[in-house]
Amino acid sequence: MVPLSWYLILAAALFSVGLFGALSRRNAVAILLGIELMLNAVNINLAAFWRYGNVTDMAGQVFAIIVFAVAAAEVAVGLALVISVYRQRNTIIADDIDILKW
Amino acid sequence: MTTETLIWLIPFPPVVAFFLIVLFTNKNKALSHTIAVGAAFISWLGSMIVFARALGVEHLGEHPFESSINWLPLADTWFRIGVLVDPLTAVTLFFVAWTVLMIFLYSIGYHNYGQPEGDHDHKGLPPHGATVEEHGHKHVVPSVEPMYSRFFAFIGLFACGMYVLVVSDNLLTLFVGWEIMGLCSYLLIGFWYAKESARDAAVKAFMTTRVGDVFMLLGIAWLYSYAGTLNFRELFTPEVLEGMSNTMAFPGLANTILVHVPGLWPFISSISVAGAISLLLFIGTVGKSAQFPLHVWLPDAMEGPTPVSAMIHAATMVSAGVYAVLRVFPLIMADLPSHGTTPTMSIIAFIGAFTALFAATIAVAQNDIKRVLAYSTISQLGYMIAALGIGAYVAAAFHLITHAFFKALLFLGSGSVIHGMEHGVLHTGNHHVDPQNMFNMGGLRKKMPITFWTFLIGGFALSGFPLVTAGFWSKDEILADAFGHGHWWVFGTLALAAFLTAFYTMRQITLTFLGESRTQEAEHAQETPWTMTTPLVILSIFAIGFGWLGIPEQFPAIGGLIPNWIHDFVGGTLAEHPEAVEFNILPLLTSLVVALGGLYLGWLTYRGVNSPAEDRFQIPLLKNKYYFDELYTSLFVRPAYWFAETFIYKWMDKGLIDGILHIFDPLTNGLGSFIRNYFDVPVINRFFGDGSADLTYWFGGKLRVIQTGRIQQYLMYAIVAFIAIGAVLYYFLLARSK
Repeated sequence: MVPLSWYLILAAALFSVGLFGALSRRNAVAILLGIELMLNAVNINLAAFWRYGNVTDMAGQVFAIIVFAVAAAEVAVGLALVISVYRQRNTIIADDIDILKW
Repeated sequence: MTTETLIWLIPFPPVVAFFLIVLFTNKNKALSHTIAVGAAFISWLGSMIVFARALGVEHLGEHPFESSINWLPLADTWFRIGVLVDPLTAVTLFFVAWTVLMIFLYSIGYHNYGQPEGDHDHKGLPPHGATVEEHGHKHVVPSVEPMYSRFFAFIGLFACGMYVLVVSDNLLTLFVGWEIMGLCSYLLIGFWYAKESARDAAVKAFMTTRVGDVFMLLGIAWLYSYAGTLNFRELFTPEVLEGMSNTMAFPGLANTILVHVPGLWPFISSISVAGAISLLLFIGTVGKSAQFPLHVWLPDAMEGPTPVSAMIHAATMVSAGVYAVLRVFPLIMADLPSHGTTPTMSIIAFIGAFTALFAATIAVAQNDIKRVLAYSTISQLGYMIAALGIGAYVAAAFHLITHAFFKALLFLGSGSVIHGMEHGVLHTGNHHVDPQNMFNMGGLRKKMPITFWTFLIGGFALSGFPLVTAGFWSKDEILADAFGHGHWWVFGTLALAAFLTAFYTMRQITLTFLGESRTQEAEHAQETPWTMTTPLVILSIFAIGFGWLGIPEQFPAIGGLIPNWIHDFVGGTLAEHPEAVEFNILPLLTSLVVALGGLYLGWLTYRGVNSPAEDRFQIPLLKNKYYFDELYTSLFVRPAYWFAETFIYKWMDKGLIDGILHIFDPLTNGLGSFIRNYFDVPVINRFFGDGSADLTYWFGGKLRVIQTGRIQQYLMYAIVAFIAIGAVLYYFLLARSK
């Protein structure tokens, strides 16, 4: 069986890719994609720890499913916001949407 | 209900009535007087039951009804207060309850209950009458007292004070009742407070009695510090009394220069604690019972409504003074066995006898019907005090009771006369006629028959009309006691006073009721309503009948027919039952002669007198009461005013106190501005107040540049902070614990 650390390294790599994407992309949709990647990295961790831990304990899987649900909802709201912003300001570049400042 | 519980409850109904009337029912006249009279009736009923039960106890003096509770916690014990009914209390309760109830009832009629509101009556003034229209023509009728309810509230409180005083088993609660009455007499004498004379009289009564009260309180304090108790039964044991009479009152003076003053030291060293304390307590009585030299308040107190005069000056308050002396009589007598004589008793006898004669002479020259009675009261109280001074305990108590009845009767009768005269004044509309001046009366026997007959009974009782009236028996007993114990001066003085008493009483009756009406107003005087005449009739029964309870057993012909109940019963109060004085025909003849002679001479002198000018006894010295008011005004009142005005106000308050305060003013002002300029403004305001605001502003200005609105930048901050905090936590929690 593949050792646990492989999964963890995969998840960490995926998280870092997501984090980099969320921090560096200018497009708001791309930032949302980065966030999705980070969430899925967490899911990999959850599933991995479940598999290598007490298999009868369902908490890892359950949490992963909750994360799916929350992620889906978050993306729905996020994309709706992006569309709304685009209609208002004709852009989805994150740096241009900076009216929430001093 | 046990008798003890009942005794505890006797003082309460009137004070409950007071609070009910003051707080709730003062708008409703009928309800107010119903509550007050009802309360007086309940207390009366309680008193009668207690009296009846007291009669059924054999040797009540040794086994009185008593009950006490812990009241004031002291260091390691309690001050106990309680009630005590011994024979003296029982008979006192009897006459107090009767007279109080009668006076309450009488007040309803006196204050014109049921009459219309006055046309222009003011609160604080006697009612002036109301115009009513009847059968097409107008006439003036008496109007109701504007402060009707207030009067009943006050007399309720007054009655409570008297009951408290009577049933107390210790000097402290006795003093409390004493002072409640002092306050109420102030309120009631000044009841018509819009009259300046009434205000002055109220203040005068309060201040004068206060002089006595202060000394009395000193006596009580001394007694307590010496004996450790104020309970009568505990105080008046042979051991305590003997101890007090064998202790020198002023041992501290033995080391002073006073020892070398010739003749003074033996006198000072002969004063015992018992003598000194009883003298102090007696001074309280001098004030309350209006004895010389503190008698001046009582005649002026006639400014109050007449029921008040009856209440204060006959039945309760002035009697309380004599009652207090009767209560502490064993203390006064304490010196007698060891010293043979007591200076205190000599002083008491002197003051009493002197007052009796002195006030009687003034009464002869007074024209105001109530003032004659006022001086007669002072004189009669002097009688009782003199009797106590010669040790005639039972005779004094007897005269106290009979006097309360017949003097209440006389006062209420005079109120009835004044009321009838006011009716005449309202009828004629001539308000310049003084309805209290006896020279404006005359012939009232036909207009006011009930008042006349009852007044006659009261007057004859006061004069000591032989055999029939109560006053004869009690006065005769005092004279017999004075004679039997060889106090010639007291006997002579009192006999002379008795003569004058009969004389001025007959003068009063003659001028008021006999002859023909001297004014239109007297012509139209009217008999008063039943609420006023009923008390007169009831009291006159006592004014006659009560004397028969004290007929000496050896009295010729009728002696022994009725047992001498007063002597047997009241005498039992004392540890040693006083012996009845040996019968002697001389004092009896004296009292017969002075009473009948005085009455006859009074009638003879005044039957034809129609105006003050024809009255031979209008001597300025007597008319002006020996100038005592003037003397006191220049001796005490003016110096007091001067002291207050010049010394206290101008010199001390304005000069000294204000002067010192004026130094403080710039000082505190300077200190204040220093603190303000050098501390408050720079440090508190500038540095802390404005400084903290400036700092926050500056800091905010610096910090706001990081608020860029760029979402990725915020995320970056969060990650950096997360890493930094994580590193710190790692270092402190994990790395260091290894």
